[in-house]
Amino acid sequence: MTTQSPSTNGKPKFAMYWAASCGGCEIAVLNIGEKILDVDANFEVAFWPVAMDAKYKDVEAMPDGSILLTLFNGGIRNSENEEIAKLLRRKSQILVAFGSCASEGCIPGLANLSSSNQILDTVYSTVSTDNPQGIRPQHKYAMPEGEIQIPKFYPVLRTLDQVVPVDYYMPGCPPESHQIAAVIDLVIKVLHGEAQLPPKGAVIGAGGSTVCDDCPRKRNVKLIKKFVRIQDLEHIDPELCLLEQGIPCNGPATRSGCGALCPQASAQCIGCYGPADGVVDYGARLVAAFASVIDSNDPEEIEHILDGIPDPTGQFYRFNLAGSLLRAARPAWEG
Amino acid sequence: MTENFEPTIIGFTCNWCSYRAADLAGTARVKYPPNVRLIRLMCSGRLDPAFVMKALAEGADGVLITGCHPGECHYLEQNYKALRRFLLLRRTLAGMGIEPGRVKLVWASAAEGVRLANEIATMVEEIRALGPLRWPRWHTWNGLFIEEKSRAEGVPA
Ligand code: SF4
Ligand code: SF4
Ligand code: SF4
Ligand code: FES
Repeated sequence: MTTQSPSTNGKPKFAMYWAASCGGCEIAVLNIGEKILDVDANFEVAFWPVAMDAKYKDVEAMPDGSILLTLFNGGIRNSENEEIAKLLRRKSQILVAFGSCASEGCIPGLANLSSSNQILDTVYSTVSTDNPQGIRPQHKYAMPEGEIQIPKFYPVLRTLDQVVPVDYYMPGCPPESHQIAAVIDLVIKVLHGEAQLPPKGAVIGAGGSTVCDDCPRKRNVKLIKKFVRIQDLEHIDPELCLLEQGIPCNGPATRSGCGALCPQASAQCIGCYGPADGVVDYGARLVAAFASVIDSNDPEEIEHILDGIPDPTGQFYRFNLAGSLLRAARPAWEG
Repeated sequence: MTENFEPTIIGFTCNWCSYRAADLAGTARVKYPPNVRLIRLMCSGRLDPAFVMKALAEGADGVLITGCHPGECHYLEQNYKALRRFLLLRRTLAGMGIEPGRVKLVWASAAEGVRLANEIATMVEEIRALGPLRWPRWHTWNGLFIEEKSRAEGVPA
């Protein structure tokens, strides 16, 4: 592809934006250490609200396609998120859904289990909030000086590719720093004509198989009689697969890329790298995986064993709800 | 509203038992409601939970899964696997607001055409009582935001 772009100092432009996100992805980019100097040496930072002052209208004034690379993190929860996603899509040659929020919804996407009113109730009308007048945010408000607006809160959170076409996906909550560094290296090589970009739509900065494939724990095809919360266990076998010890580990459906960090530290994988290649629905794959370790053929006993996973929806869709086949629970879209 | 509502049910049936049972019901002219669209699998153990989610996401009001009776699966224990998946799937779907009654697992041998027909009739009535599911057709970037499924409230019989 052509990677030239008009720029004041001759360097291609780089942008990063946060929509419905926590800021962790921004920190992860800053965490790449001295690699950040390579970014500076090879790119002109055109727009990066967390790092420098910039106005949306400055971006609007740029010619379409004039930003070479945009890392977009965060899901689309309100009209501002959507507007900027569309704006940056127009202005960018390469738009990357950066991190779990932009790729699949992540923790902000879990709000797709609740209706907008339930969310607003929790934020504005629970004991932790002092709001005696029951004030709620209003999309529009008439001031003496004229009408003012805040972004519109949408009924559900959408992933970036549910709003605009996305060129690449970079999974992880947040993506691991060494993976970010590798992707930046690759883009710089492409700039110098030393490498080619992967095909559009590819997942970058991760593997294709599962966390289980990277996990050194042994699988003995052991079956279990109960699921347990990891904090309730006195002893965790350091070598045996956690799932085979009854600990709900999401490794079997989760994309490799982190190096199986959590299970190596004796914590279950909670799935932050999203679905592995070939997984149609992340939660569905885990339903199959968890069902396969249950040691019972008796419906009543199986139900009893399943009581050990008190919130299967949360367990299986902690990161992937907005990106799943069903996308949002009924209260969210029924209102 | 739900009186004229004809539920759409997707049935995933095992080739060796329940698919034949449905066939038998047909040849024996046993009447059962036409609401079920049967999809034949080689065994209930082939049922990927994603099939059920896809069906519900794309317009089904319910999903029926059928397999050989316990102990009679042609691939040994695969129907037990289907049972474990089904029970966990049902709980997961409940967290999405999908009533447990919308997804059912029924065992039926090849000889049980009448029983399967009755099970189907019961399920149709149960789902009629629950009403349409109407999962939204989610639009992606090239379309609108959320559009209610464009289906008439009641499909004329
Ligand atoms: S992917 Fe994780 S780290 Fe990145 S913005 Fe979302 S919640 Fe934060
Ligand atoms: S289920 Fe978890 S502990 Fe077991 S092999 Fe997979 S990642 Fe490792
Ligand atoms: S093990 Fe799982 S939860 Fe932990 S960092 Fe890797 S993908 Fe994320
Ligand atoms: S062959 Fe019928 S359920 Fe397995």
